[in-house]
Amino acid sequence: MSGGITAVSLRAHAFYLPRASLGSVASLALGHWSQVACTGVVMKTLLTLLVLTGVGSLSAQTPVDSIVRRQQRTLDSLTRALDAMGARLDSLSSAAPTPPAPSRPATGAYMNASFVGLTDFAWSTERDLSGLFLGDHDPRVRGFSIPNGELVLDGAVDPYFKGVANIVYKLDQNGETGVELEEMYFLTSSLPHNLQLKGGQFFMEFGRQNAQHPHSWGFGDQTLVNARMFGGEGLRSQGARLSWLAPTRWYTEAMVTVANSAGGTTASFRSDESADIHGGEALARDVARPKDLLIVPRLATSFELTNTQTVVLGASGAFGPNNSGSEARTSIAGGDVYWKWKSARAHQGFPFVSVQAEAMTRRYGADTRTSAENLALTLPKETLHDRGIYVQALYGIRPMLVLGLRGEAVHGDDGTIVTPLRGDRSRWSTNLTLYPTEFSKLRVQYNHDRRPGIGNDHSVLLQFEFLLGAHAAHKF
Amino acid sequence: MRALLALSLFAAAPIGAPHPVPSTAKLNVVATTPDLAALAKEIGGDAVDVVSLAKPTEDPHFVDAKPSHIVTLNRADVLIDGGAELEQGWLPALLESARNSKLAPGAPGRISASVGITMIEVPRAFDRSRGDVHSMGNPHFLVDPLNVKRVVARIAEQFSQVAPASAPLFAANLAAFNSKLDAKYAQWQQALAPYKGATIVTYHKDFGYLAERFHLVVVETLEPKPGIAPSPAHLAQVITTMRAQNTGVIVVQPFQNRRTAETVARQTNAVVLDISQQPGAIKGTDGYFQLMDYMVTTLADALHVRR
Repeated sequence: MSGGITAVSLRAHAFYLPRASLGSVASLALGHWSQVACTGVVMKTLLTLLVLTGVGSLSAQTPVDSIVRRQQRTLDSLTRALDAMGARLDSLSSAAPTPPAPSRPATGAYMNASFVGLTDFAWSTERDLSGLFLGDHDPRVRGFSIPNGELVLDGAVDPYFKGVANIVYKLDQNGETGVELEEMYFLTSSLPHNLQLKGGQFFMEFGRQNAQHPHSWGFGDQTLVNARMFGGEGLRSQGARLSWLAPTRWYTEAMVTVANSAGGTTASFRSDESADIHGGEALARDVARPKDLLIVPRLATSFELTNTQTVVLGASGAFGPNNSGSEARTSIAGGDVYWKWKSARAHQGFPFVSVQAEAMTRRYGADTRTSAENLALTLPKETLHDRGIYVQALYGIRPMLVLGLRGEAVHGDDGTIVTPLRGDRSRWSTNLTLYPTEFSKLRVQYNHDRRPGIGNDHSVLLQFEFLLGAHAAHKF
Repeated sequence: MRALLALSLFAAAPIGAPHPVPSTAKLNVVATTPDLAALAKEIGGDAVDVVSLAKPTEDPHFVDAKPSHIVTLNRADVLIDGGAELEQGWLPALLESARNSKLAPGAPGRISASVGITMIEVPRAFDRSRGDVHSMGNPHFLVDPLNVKRVVARIAEQFSQVAPASAPLFAANLAAFNSKLDAKYAQWQQALAPYKGATIVTYHKDFGYLAERFHLVVVETLEPKPGIAPSPAHLAQVITTMRAQNTGVIVVQPFQNRRTAETVARQTNAVVLDISQQPGAIKGTDGYFQLMDYMVTTLADALHVRR
C-alpha cells in the first residue's frame, strides 16, 4: 500500500521535475561525495527515482519501444554514473584522515519508561489459592489474575545521581485496582572510595530473590522461604543503603541497609500482621531508639571458576524490632549461592545451566503477649525458630526456551502455638518458559505442594508477560 | 550523624575531573567487544592493557553482566563501547555497579565508537513488531574499514586526553595503522572487485556495512526480523530468493545456528561460510588485519568458486 503511494508521488514529481534537474541532483550528490560515506543508499534512491521517472512518463502517450529505449539509455547512463562514483569513492576512501560524518540528532529521552504486564491463569486442587501461593504477585484465585502491571521509570538525574521509580498496579480477587509505590530511590553514580549510596524505598539486598522483581524470577511464584521470612511483598522499606566495592581482584561487595522496620513489607519486624507469626496481639510500638530501625547487612563475592562458569556467594542478615513486645527483636540470617554455566558460543545467551539456592533461618523473639484468639490467655516469652531453603535449576535448552526445576521446604519449631503461617511445608515445581523474544514470555508451571495436616495439592500456572519500552539491562 | 556528614562531604567532592594517568603506568582499557579491543591495541600499543568483556565467540547482544566485569570496569581508565545499543542489555547494569566516574558518558575515558559513524538501517519509527531494531541503526558497523578509520581516530584522540604523556606514541601508532589500512583497503577492494553485485545471505543483519562498502548485496537474512528465530515459512522464502538470484553463499558467525544455515545451503547448493566479526573467534584472526584478511579472502574464495 505504501509502495503504491510512493510510486504515485514520484510520478507526480516527474511532471514537475525536468530531466536536467535530475542531473543536477546527481551532480549535487557527487559534490557531497567526500562528506557522505553512506553512498549505497544515495545510489539506490537515485536509481529508483530515475527508473520511476521513466515509468512515470509511461502515461505520456509514447510508443512502447521508444520508452524501452529511453529507459535503457537512462539505465546505461546511470550504470556509468555509478561506476564513476564507485571509482571515485574507492580513491577517496584511501585518503587519510576521513572527514567526520555529519552529526546526527541524539536519540532517546531524559528517562527510560517501561511497562511490564503479567497475566496469570491458575488452577489447583485447592480451592483457596491464597493459602498455596503466598507472593503478592502470585495468582490468588482459580482462573485469571492480573497480579502485576509495573510502570518503571529510570534515568540519570544529573551527573551525580540516578533515579528509579516502580509503580505497581494490580487487580485483586474482585477486580479492584490497587496501586503501590513499590520502589522509588536514588543511587549515587560517583562517590569516591568505591562507595555507593542508595536512598528511598527499595527491595533490600538480602539474598538473591528478594532484591529481584518478579519478572526476573525463574518461576512464576514466590518461594516459600521468602514468603515466610519477608511476607508476600518481600523485604522492602524506606531507608538508605551504603555499598562498598572492595579493591580485590575478584568481586566482593559489602552492603548495609538501614531502614524503617514498620509496615506490611517488613513482615518479621514491626508488622501489623505479626500475629500470624507469634499468635499474640500486636503491640503498637514506635521508634524509641536507633536500634528500633532495621539493619540489613550483606556480603557478596564472585569467582570465575572457568571461562564459562561463574559462581556468586552471599551472606545476609536482617536485625530489628518486632511488635510482640516493647523489647522484642527478630534476627534473620541467610546464605545464598548462584552458579551458572553458559556456552562459550552462546547464541542469544543460550544454552546455559544455572543453579540458585538460598537458605534462611529466623529467630523471632516473642515477648510475653496476650493471645490474639483468646484474650484471657497469656502466651509466654519464647523464641520462635523458623528455617527454610529452596534450590532451583534452570536449563536454557536452546534460544528462548528454558526448563526449570525447583525444590523447597520450610519448617517452624513448635512454640506455645504454631500459627498456620509457621507450619511445615514442602513443594516441588517444574516449569517450561518460552520467550518469543526478550520482550515477551509464556510460562507453564506445575507445583506439587505438601502441607502436613492439610494435604497435598497439585497446581498448574500459566503465565503471559510482556515488556513495553526500554530494554531492561539484566543483573547477573 | 558524623558518618552522614562525612558522606555529604564525599558527595560534595569534585567528581569526574579527569586525572591524567602518570606516564609510567599503563592505561587500563576495557572494550565491550573484541573487535574494539583489537583496535585499542593497535593504537595503544605498549602503553595500554586491553581487555574485552565479551568473548570472541559469544553473541555480543547477550553478554552476562557478571560480577567480575564490575571489577574490571571499576578499575578501568577507559571504556570503549559501541554506543549504538548493541550492549544495552548488559552494559548499563554493569556500569551502575562499577561506580567509575571516569567512564561516565561524555568523559574522556568513555569512547563511544559509533559517534561520528553514519549508521545504516536507522528505523523511521520505533516499533518492535519489526523485531529487535536498534533505535540508532544497525550497530554492526566495524566491518566497514572506513568506519574503523573514524573509530581509531577517536580512540587516539581520547587516549591522548587521558594519558597526555603517551600522546606522541598514540599519534604514531594511528599514522602507522592508517597507512597500513589504506594499503590493505585497496587490496580488499581489489580482491572483491570481481564480485561486484554478487548476492549473499547472512544469518542476522550483521554484514550490511561490509556489503555496502564492497558492493555485495545481502538478499536475505535467515532471521525473518532482527533477533527473531528463523521460521520454516521464512526459510522457504529465503530458498526461493536464493535460487532466483543464484545466491551461493550463506555467512554465519560462530554463535549463530549453523545447522539452520546448512539446511538452507543443502537445498540451494550453497556453501556456509564461518565468518566471525570478532578477532580471535576463528584461529589465526587475533588482530584486526588478520580478521579482515580472513573475512575478505573467505568471501572472495567462495564467490570465486560459485562463479
